Amino acid sequence: MGARAAEEARAATRRLVRRLLVVALAMFGFGFALVPLYDVFCEVTGLNGKVDTSRAARAPQGVRVDASRTVRLELLAQVPDSGRVEIEPAAPFLEVHPGELRVARFHARNLSHRAVVVRAVPSVSPGLAAEHLRKVQCFCFDEQRLDPGEARDFVVVFYLDPALPAEVRTVSLGYTVFEVRHQARARAAGRG
Amino acid sequence: MSTATATHEAHHEEPPRGLKRWLFTTNHKDIGTLYLVFSLIMLFVGGIMALVIRAELWEPGIQYVDPQFFNAMTTMHGLIMVFGAIMPAFVGLANWLIPMMIGAPDMALPRLNNWSFWILPFAGAMLLSTLFMEGGAPAAGWTMYPPLVLQTGEAFPFLIFSVHLLGISSIMGAINIIATILNMRAPGMTLMKMPLFVWTWLITAYLLIAVMPVLAGAVTMLLTDKYFGTSFFNAAGGGDPVMFQHIFWFFGHPEVYIMILPAFGVISQVIPTFARKPLFGYSSMVYATASIAFLSFIVWAHHMFTVGMPLAGELFFMYATMLIAVPTGVKVFNWVATMWRGALTFETPMLFAVAFVILFTIGGFSGLMLAIAPADFQYHDSYFVVAHFHYVLVTGALFAIFAAVYYWLPKWTGHMYDERLGKWHFWLSVISVNLLYFPQHFLGLAGMPRRYADYAVQFTEWNQVSTIGAFAFGLAQLIFVYVVWKTVRGGRKATAQVWEGARGLEWTLPSPPPYHSFTEAPEVK
Repeated sequence: MGARAAEEARAATRRLVRRLLVVALAMFGFGFALVPLYDVFCEVTGLNGKVDTSRAARAPQGVRVDASRTVRLELLAQVPDSGRVEIEPAAPFLEVHPGELRVARFHARNLSHRAVVVRAVPSVSPGLAAEHLRKVQCFCFDEQRLDPGEARDFVVVFYLDPALPAEVRTVSLGYTVFEVRHQARARAAGRG
Repeated sequence: MSTATATHEAHHEEPPRGLKRWLFTTNHKDIGTLYLVFSLIMLFVGGIMALVIRAELWEPGIQYVDPQFFNAMTTMHGLIMVFGAIMPAFVGLANWLIPMMIGAPDMALPRLNNWSFWILPFAGAMLLSTLFMEGGAPAAGWTMYPPLVLQTGEAFPFLIFSVHLLGISSIMGAINIIATILNMRAPGMTLMKMPLFVWTWLITAYLLIAVMPVLAGAVTMLLTDKYFGTSFFNAAGGGDPVMFQHIFWFFGHPEVYIMILPAFGVISQVIPTFARKPLFGYSSMVYATASIAFLSFIVWAHHMFTVGMPLAGELFFMYATMLIAVPTGVKVFNWVATMWRGALTFETPMLFAVAFVILFTIGGFSGLMLAIAPADFQYHDSYFVVAHFHYVLVTGALFAIFAAVYYWLPKWTGHMYDERLGKWHFWLSVISVNLLYFPQHFLGLAGMPRRYADYAVQFTEWNQVSTIGAFAFGLAQLIFVYVVWKTVRGGRKATAQVWEGARGLEWTLPSPPPYHSFTEAPEVK
């Protein structure tokens, strides 16, 4: 076996190892890339109720109200791990005709002596109905500040697209409300 | 004239003695031994944790441990068995066998090999040290789902860093294996002449390189979510906890094939030897392995049917998962066809291999049941799932490792093992393992959830059967340790071929093989 052949074999191994290392590093990056990729995938396909949850829809111009059909819209709100904020729907459900512009109210109250900033994350069930629930205006689009002891109504203005599949008779709109500042403070405390 | 002689300039015929031999070794056999010994120790560490779990589940109510510690046991048992026992055992087998099977003197990257092993004990020790920390060991399950896992106490960063280290070790090992297989084969050893163990490991190594970095990324995101204010999985900051499950299982499903493909390879070596027939359908085996590896990337969400996926997702992942039964069925068919009308004898490796074929298939069938999305809503997170994955991992992967050790131990040590004790080990294991896991199917179907320290009284009887099985299975493994120890110390001399029906390059070397396997590359016809 010549020295040249040996050198060639070593070079081939080095090349291969370099390539495999690049693949490993790329896959590490791909793990992070999956976060936006899943979001993009769900928005494009409308899967998982991702559509229109953070953007305002336009008012229903030219949409015919389908008075022959009534959909029961159930309203839910919850605040995980917090004793400081209370939120509940003004009515547990609304009877809605597809196409009509409606308002849903949630009573929110800050029970503590500190100002809190909250963010509400909406969720629509069944998932197929999500793209047909159009929010024209929503407290979930922005963070909401509640002063100490303040009670306020959170409002969402919406309509149901008449394209909502006929077999859907009940839609639930749930909000999970998180304290933003509290989280950030806890993290800062954890670091310190 | 070969690529083989090129890579070793320093030619030591005799290894150095003492501790230094093991610390600084770059020899594939020494490193293979280290891997196997490490995984055997971890098997017992994880096994003791399993016995704590089974003891607590002997009867309803809280008996011996508090629920937090119980959860720590299920979590640590999972992590230790997956990353400490099963994976290193297969890497150990790869180290020992691949150079001998392809006619190479050693692995392509011997120093990297040393490093990838010696990371392991440190990672394992770091993980085990969490048991003694403030707040206890991680207790959120081996899948580390947020937000629960973020409540782990001081153990949290140790958990993350040990997963990082275990991942780095696996990736380096995988790179080494690919480089060895692609660049160090003896002349004439074309890809389609490689033994199936080598093929399955080549594909496994690619899986490792593709998915271990994704796991590293996922746990890094957990780390930054907890300590650096990011919100990858934090809904308050615009993240999504379900996202973790998607990323984790993108790693997790290929991971289960990482643990089973080398087992397929082992079984494909053992069965032809004791059937005294060549393997039926060699090339279909290769293609089936490759198909399983490909499919493993597009089925991850069948672990999360109940997170509220849209119908389209449920259907896609259901059908894709069921598709895996096709190449797996090809494999089982080929193993059975290999045995068909063979001159069968049932030495211990063959017994474990036959048990593997039957019991792994049971695990495969319960997997098919779990793949049915509407049915999975009932089975999800129940003991049925526990029974399923223990059938594929214990009677699947672990039994294949036992088969491999009994099959190649005479080659490694130069001594025959005690056949009588080997058979005792097999029969006690196969009876107790079914006593241990089969009732868990019933418990799961009846509605017993996994990962709880307590259960409703109607589950008592089957839990007691399961616990009896667990202790019997644990004790039976002491026989295995004794057999291996005895064989290493001495015994009837083994011939080079060891088994009458054994074929392949490793059987052309004397038993035990020389320190450097093939210093001159053999000719492969």
